[in-house]
Amino acid sequence: MSKVIFSIRRFNPEKDSKPYYKDYEMNVPEGATVLDCLNLIKWTKDGTLTHRMSCRSAICGSCAVKVNGHPKLACKTQAAEEIINGRMKIEPLGNAKVLKDLVVDLEPFFSKFQKVKPWLVTEAAGSQQSAVNVKETRQSPEDFHRIDAASTCIMCASCVSDCNSWASNEKFFGPAVLAKAQRFVDDSRDKATLERVINLSEANGIWDCTHCGECVERCPAEVKPMDRIVSLRTTAIKMGIVNNNGARHVEGFVDSIRSSGRLNENIIPVKSMGIFNIPGLLSLIPVGIRMFLKGKNPPIIHKHIDEMDDVKRIFKRLKK
Amino acid sequence: MLTHDVIIVGAGLAGMRAALEVCDKYDTAIITKVYPTRSHSGAAQGGVAASLANSTDDSWELHMYDTVKGSDFLGDQDAIEMMVKDAPHAIIEMEHMGCVFSRTEDGRIAQREFGGHSRPRACYAADRTGHALLHALYEQVIKKADKIKIYSEWYILSLIVEDNVCKGVVTYDIKTGRLEVLRGKAVLFATGGYGRAFSITSNAFASTGDGIIAAYRAGIPLEDMEFVQFHPTGLYGQGILVSEAARGEGGYLVNGKGERFMEKYAKAKMELAPRDIVSRSVQTEVNEGRGINGKDYVYIDLRHLGREKILEKLPQIRQLGIDFIGVDCIEKPIPIQPTAHYSMGGIPADKDGQVIIDDKGTKITGFFAAGECACVSVHGANRLGTNSLLDALVFGRRTGKALMEFTGNAKLHDINKNQEISSVRGRIDTIMNTSGTESMNNIRNELKEIMMSSCGVFRNKEGLETCLKKVKELQGRFKKAKVTDRGKTFNSELIEAVELQHMLEYSEVIVVSAINREESRGSHARTDFPKRDDAKWLKHTLSYKKPDGGIELKYKSVTITKHQPEERKY
Repeated sequence: MSKVIFSIRRFNPEKDSKPYYKDYEMNVPEGATVLDCLNLIKWTKDGTLTHRMSCRSAICGSCAVKVNGHPKLACKTQAAEEIINGRMKIEPLGNAKVLKDLVVDLEPFFSKFQKVKPWLVTEAAGSQQSAVNVKETRQSPEDFHRIDAASTCIMCASCVSDCNSWASNEKFFGPAVLAKAQRFVDDSRDKATLERVINLSEANGIWDCTHCGECVERCPAEVKPMDRIVSLRTTAIKMGIVNNNGARHVEGFVDSIRSSGRLNENIIPVKSMGIFNIPGLLSLIPVGIRMFLKGKNPPIIHKHIDEMDDVKRIFKRLKK
Repeated sequence: MLTHDVIIVGAGLAGMRAALEVCDKYDTAIITKVYPTRSHSGAAQGGVAASLANSTDDSWELHMYDTVKGSDFLGDQDAIEMMVKDAPHAIIEMEHMGCVFSRTEDGRIAQREFGGHSRPRACYAADRTGHALLHALYEQVIKKADKIKIYSEWYILSLIVEDNVCKGVVTYDIKTGRLEVLRGKAVLFATGGYGRAFSITSNAFASTGDGIIAAYRAGIPLEDMEFVQFHPTGLYGQGILVSEAARGEGGYLVNGKGERFMEKYAKAKMELAPRDIVSRSVQTEVNEGRGINGKDYVYIDLRHLGREKILEKLPQIRQLGIDFIGVDCIEKPIPIQPTAHYSMGGIPADKDGQVIIDDKGTKITGFFAAGECACVSVHGANRLGTNSLLDALVFGRRTGKALMEFTGNAKLHDINKNQEISSVRGRIDTIMNTSGTESMNNIRNELKEIMMSSCGVFRNKEGLETCLKKVKELQGRFKKAKVTDRGKTFNSELIEAVELQHMLEYSEVIVVSAINREESRGSHARTDFPKRDDAKWLKHTLSYKKPDGGIELKYKSVTITKHQPEERKY
């Protein structure tokens, strides 16, 4: 047992005008999880400390909080591993409104799932059919594995907490919702793949992810949301859903590498926007001017790299 | 006052399954103390039973016999027959709804071995079957968002019953602290189990028997409360579940001498004997000094299964071991001990979820119960693994259909809202305004300790009587326990106090029922009455709350159709 100071962000809307940090000094019992510690504080030191919890076996998703700056499931995180110089900082999840102490408003998170129609679409589902003699829809183990990872999501909102795209655009579907979407897009039983992919390719969907990888880092399950998003993007391009900024951006990227081995940053924004998209292109001008004034504009004359043969070889192999 | 045609309390498998059945025609509300996906159905790991016969021969008849025998002949056989006949359909339906299942090579739903089942009939999704089912149902509920109103983080505090007619419920909005009456033509409780009263338990913090206590206080008896299942393989010191799938896939139980001790207790089925028998075997090894290093645990050893099989079939188990006790089961055996797991007892209900309050079939009109909070009784004195998810799905669905039928001819009743609110308000104020010196935490810990040690895997008269005395003492001390958070917003300290009050109340019912049942049957093992006594005790216990607060015990007969009681050997 060692003495540890838990610095916990507190906020009671009935009393406090803004959040503050309160320190609790406590011995951490051997093998205690962060949730055990929160409960010890609540039950023996300060009954007003408020946090969510339920299953305490990492499957219900209730107890995600920020530990030392990043989201963790409190129930499965060993406290000993989070003590830094005798301290541990615990805060509510990010990208969400705090209701009280460590409890955040999850309504925006849960209600967003609706946008991707997170249910299986088949010709006939559920108990409407007379299914007495009907068998299961066959699905190969390989097809099961394509949706297995996304289906481990416990909706804890850890991924959303550290999502950079969500932080800059609250309308972004977010990693968990997109992972849920992948689970249906790649479900061999689902009949709405094209409709789904079109919907996901719209604004706030798969192309609004900045690829920072925080969600993969933070997910306490096996979802790896960004990998699911990449898979959705691949599917979208394969299905020819390319008439959008995101897909054009990717194609512009590839074209640029293919032709010169490096990014032509003058052309890519134009290609992403679409060369016939006049209002879109006009909207780029102020950005361009600001970059120019700060000296951040890319070289006007774009040169290819010396090893173009290698680039061609890579593309040839990729094609194979 | 809010009004809905149908009010469902609980958003686990039974509650959501029922909602889907009834919502197309009737305005349906689900009240849940947590968000639906947090419900404890999601923690079920190993599988859900159905005689699909996807990998060997199987039949509902075999499933029925296994279940009856597993129940130690206390299960009602008409209900069991119905459940096992409905099982394949219930599972196929879930598959059609989109539930993700592990698959056989030819694409069928994969099935594995489970304790007490004579065939591999546990349909599974790796080792997170409950999670897969719960999320599939939740997806369907989202699809019906315009028809199902979900009240997340609303807490049930009272069931309104007058003259055997159910009228609605009183709830507490956890986010705002507001009390609200919900009036409905029908109320379904799908509120789950009550394992939190034990110090070592696999149950969620939320599993505090709130529904059964609301019913009990409304004059409805509780059935077979003495039957609490102890799962043999809880993570040592934590009680967190190590799925029976670990044994279904071939795991060994090993004692301190390195012996596969199940050979002594169930030579034929070994580790795959039913849970009551395996738990007693583990406890006996520990009690007789053959735990690991003489301590109070044994090992479950999975190493011989190999890395690949563990990663494919038991990934969650492996991760739990690593995260919670730092043991990777690919390399080391996992220390385990019996853990309070499932509540066979509960609100007496018939095959359609209709609540029945005596042996004459008297109904509470408009009140239904399904899932773990109900006692139908398909599990009798001991539930077989994988039959609980099945119970929730089959009876959730059947009760949903019954609600359809009932609601069509039912009407809304008058409720004296102010009276209902002020009665619940009074109860909350009493807790909130106590300025005593007792600690809720101490009371809760002492309750859990005594329930585990004296009303656990093995019981006897002396221990149970000590336990009863202690529970009553704790009930008294609770009246002097103080809540420090006086706020209205998300007052989880208050909720925990109310939960503790529920635990103290139903613990007394468990203990009193257990003292009276002078025999050993299924999970109820009396060292002073080690034999099953069919002549005297082949009957269900019904516990009623007396007006003075005491408990009155009555009994009702067991329905026996196809299988006469016989000696139970594995």
